[in-house]
Amino acid sequence: METAFTPYAALVGGGLIGLAAVLLMAVHGKIAGMTGIVAGVVPPLSSDWSWRAAFLIGAIGAPALMVALGLMEIPFQVPVSTAPLIIGGLIVGVGVTYGGGCTSGHGVCGIARFSPRSIAATLVFMASTFVTVFVIRHVIGA
Amino acid sequence: MRKTVSALLIGSIFGMGIAISGMGNPAKVLNFFDLAGSFDPSLVFVMASALAVTAIGYRIVFSRRSAPVCATSFDLPTKRRLDIPLIAGSAVFGVGWGMTGFCPGGSIPMLGLGNVETPIFVLSMIAGIVVARTLRQRATRLATA
Repeated sequence: METAFTPYAALVGGGLIGLAAVLLMAVHGKIAGMTGIVAGVVPPLSSDWSWRAAFLIGAIGAPALMVALGLMEIPFQVPVSTAPLIIGGLIVGVGVTYGGGCTSGHGVCGIARFSPRSIAATLVFMASTFVTVFVIRHVIGA
Repeated sequence: MRKTVSALLIGSIFGMGIAISGMGNPAKVLNFFDLAGSFDPSLVFVMASALAVTAIGYRIVFSRRSAPVCATSFDLPTKRRLDIPLIAGSAVFGVGWGMTGFCPGGSIPMLGLGNVETPIFVLSMIAGIVVARTLRQRATRLATA
């Protein structure tokens, strides 16, 4: 499935992700890592679950509002069937828990702080994702 | 109250960023990694832009303030050394990301679009978090017993 190259939307969207990360640090003193934020609202709840829940409601509500108000079209295509979606989801949950973060926590916030752990984690998961996509698309040929 | 409202607004900015950038679109994410096929380089621009803003913004925040506006201190990870769980966990995460095109930060905002695929992924991911957390607690209990 082809997708259009969208450098300007990518720059603007990336800038907003960065702005959210900076504001969360300035106001709450927290790393904007989705793994940690989600894990904190999964029972047993972390003691400071309320800001996490509010962040998640905002993160889900904003795209919903953008669509409802007709502000922009949000391209969304899933070229994956249900079984790999479930298995892949389980694998992601296990991986980010042991790895202590994902694309937002390690890839953006951690690298921005020049954390050696985050730089290593990001290199490893990018490489692993690349190999996985290559195997699925060009070796197995799905 | 101030904490909750600000977190809601900051979360909205994050969600808009994911939606506009294309980071929440599995087809686009998978094409970024498909150098040998339908390659779409857009995500380099997302990461570069997010990183530049965060690196500069963090510098300004840490140099101007000794504490965050709504908390007593900055809550920053202090570990710097690499270890097996970090590397192995990240490698495992990549397998799941490559299978689905969904990562945690990309998937959550897409719940707002009301499609069926995102909740299937997110619920499975939460199940994975619960499983890994339980296994880890059991391992620490065995180690300390």
